[in-house]
Amino acid sequence: MSRVRDYGSNTYPTTDLNHHILSVLVQNRPGVLARVSGLFARRGYNIYSLAVAPAEQEGMSRITIVVDLDSAPLEQVTKQLFKLIDVIKISELDPTHSVERELMIATVKAAGAARGEVQTLTQIFEGKIIAVSEDNLTLSLEGHPDKLDDFEELLDSYGIVELQRTGRVALPKLDRGARLRVAN
Amino acid sequence: MTAQPTDTSDSTPTPATKEHPEGERITGAQALIRSLEMEGVDTMFGYPGGCILPAYDPLLESSIRHVLVRHEQGAGHMAEGYAHVSGKPGVAMVTSGPAATNLVTPLMDAYMDSIPMVAITGQVPTAAIGSDAFQECDTVGITRSCTKHNELVMTSQSLPMAIRQAFHIATTGRPGPTLVDVPKDVLVGEMEWYWPTDEEVLASLPGYRPNMKGHPRMVKEAAKLILEAEQPVIYAGGGILKARAAEALAELVELTGIHVVTTLMARGAFPDDHELNLGMPGMHGNATAVTAMQKADLLIALGSRFDDRITGKVDAFAQNAKVIHVDIDPAEQGKVRRPDVPIVGDARLVIEEMIVQIRALLDSGVTQADTGAWKSKVSGWQEQFPMTYEPSEPGAALKPQFCIEQLRDHAPDKTIVASGVGQHQMFASQYWHFNDPYTWVNSGGLGTMGFSIPAAIGAKAAKPDSTVWAIDGDGCFQMTAQELVTASLEGLPIKVALLNNSYLGMVRQWQEMFYDERYSSVFLDSSALPDFVMMAESMGCAAIRVESPEEVGPAIEKANSINDRPVVVEFRTEAAEGVFPMVPAGASNDDVILHPTQQDRKEHLS
Repeated sequence: MSRVRDYGSNTYPTTDLNHHILSVLVQNRPGVLARVSGLFARRGYNIYSLAVAPAEQEGMSRITIVVDLDSAPLEQVTKQLFKLIDVIKISELDPTHSVERELMIATVKAAGAARGEVQTLTQIFEGKIIAVSEDNLTLSLEGHPDKLDDFEELLDSYGIVELQRTGRVALPKLDRGARLRVAN
Repeated sequence: MTAQPTDTSDSTPTPATKEHPEGERITGAQALIRSLEMEGVDTMFGYPGGCILPAYDPLLESSIRHVLVRHEQGAGHMAEGYAHVSGKPGVAMVTSGPAATNLVTPLMDAYMDSIPMVAITGQVPTAAIGSDAFQECDTVGITRSCTKHNELVMTSQSLPMAIRQAFHIATTGRPGPTLVDVPKDVLVGEMEWYWPTDEEVLASLPGYRPNMKGHPRMVKEAAKLILEAEQPVIYAGGGILKARAAEALAELVELTGIHVVTTLMARGAFPDDHELNLGMPGMHGNATAVTAMQKADLLIALGSRFDDRITGKVDAFAQNAKVIHVDIDPAEQGKVRRPDVPIVGDARLVIEEMIVQIRALLDSGVTQADTGAWKSKVSGWQEQFPMTYEPSEPGAALKPQFCIEQLRDHAPDKTIVASGVGQHQMFASQYWHFNDPYTWVNSGGLGTMGFSIPAAIGAKAAKPDSTVWAIDGDGCFQMTAQELVTASLEGLPIKVALLNNSYLGMVRQWQEMFYDERYSSVFLDSSALPDFVMMAESMGCAAIRVESPEEVGPAIEKANSINDRPVVVEFRTEAAEGVFPMVPAGASNDDVILHPTQQDRKEHLS
């Protein structure tokens, strides 16, 4: 819960310049996540967030890693990663040229007058209420990590009981110009 | 490393051979041993135990020689020694749990020094994995960061592919150790024999495609820089040997007349007797090699990795030099020093292409810059600052350098030298004349004490006709000496030169120089205990103790004449002797400390 306390100072800068997104295509084999995370630990690189799931190709998974570049130059991180036999491809995603999404669920204190306010806030952010008790509401919100940050900051004043975010996933932004040219 | 994926791939009959029909039902253990045979393994080093037991049964009928060691660490270092001198992957096979953990040191050693090695470990049955069963450990987890790749094999049917992948990965690209962890039931269970083709192996490893050929534009750029340089130095590393590039390097040197330094891992990659070889650079490199690198205007790094023992303080290293960096591992490019011309590729192929490009430039009328002034400067340093030591006083203990020189001068051609780690290792590298590749076996990156005896035994197994000297210290010797029993019983008669100064000499030297001569836990008292002669004899070796200079030569001659068993020659050496020159850890190479008799002329090193 210590992270929640950090909220007041808004120290959740997902678009921090020192963060870079790596989209890593790996062979989906036992231990592959341990290999990747072990490499980060051994070389002293910091992982800011990490999301893993099967990719579009069978037998492959995609790991989206947000790397803290204060710890090491990106070039070394990617080169060392690429030495892992199970790593097929690494894409560096520049935040300005990628689309990013994240999912958050949060249980917030919402008794009495606060209940209506939290509901309104959730509507404004186009989130959902997914569980209800007498004193608390559990909300879900999907969107750009910055949007989640804003929502989280606003919820904080009501009292966050528990909160879980997935870590971001990202893909390169489609090049609309290129698509038009193809259409011609 | 090698241009061919492996030495073994040439000889590998890809489809299942006549004797081994595809689909034949055999046990996993039989498939494992057969796979090793198919990979061309002639010798392996190991120690049986519970979980690996099934694999030892088909070994009785196998063509593979199994060297039974006395400690699993020995098996690992023997496999390394074997690989060092033969270029073929060394193979070690041990059981689960403590045996696997005993293999961790050699695996890390092989990883640091890019030695091709395949380790097979037993594992508890698949159903017991994770239950803290007897002799269970998470071998794959423990060895993940000290292998190039490792794999837990979960079915008997997948064993041949796992072995093929392990050999392919260990021997291609930047070589290194791989490990195959095999649960007992996988060895016991049956499978239908098959032998994966090269294509199937490659297809199973879509993320592994080492880049062999350097980028043509970069190689051209390198050729141009080489001809323009007025103060160039070739910085040859262990990659030259891994890539079988010694001949190509010699040709490049002949063509360009550029000086070469050979790192600790590259001793023998270029003949020491060649006038353009400046010898070893680095922390205990000779003054000329260190200074030539420091003052160069171009460093041509070939299969070397700018190790901290070479660069000293990185910011102060070769500040005026442009850098061409040839390495097969892209992650080495820019890891320590940003190269001006990075070339990712196999050292041999890149050097050969470099030669073609240099010739083309010369043919087109480009002339090489004048390196005359530089060369006379370098030879001035060589004259002023040869390797030196003071002979021992009458009645005093032997000088270790003198012992090494005598060993060197009495050694038959192409003698293989394996060394432990410490002062004796540095003296050996400094004073031996390495004129042939694959004659120097040592633990460079990890600095593993106790390396020399098992590594020498592995080298002897690979090259039974070569004389193999292990140069060892009294500290190292006591870590792995029990493998002399292996050497005696397995008919691997190595020779051990034990430089006994009763101290952990290198640590003692640091305490002398950097801790105000406050000697803490470095006195081993090995002139009192153990009695190395008795110890060696008890293990089936001939043993000689040498205390005075006139005994040194005859003792070595006698040792060289004994070939029916291992020999240990114990030299009682001077404890106060330091290794010089020395660049203190973290200091600039400009601040190299010369031998006390040369330090007053240090200003001439500029």
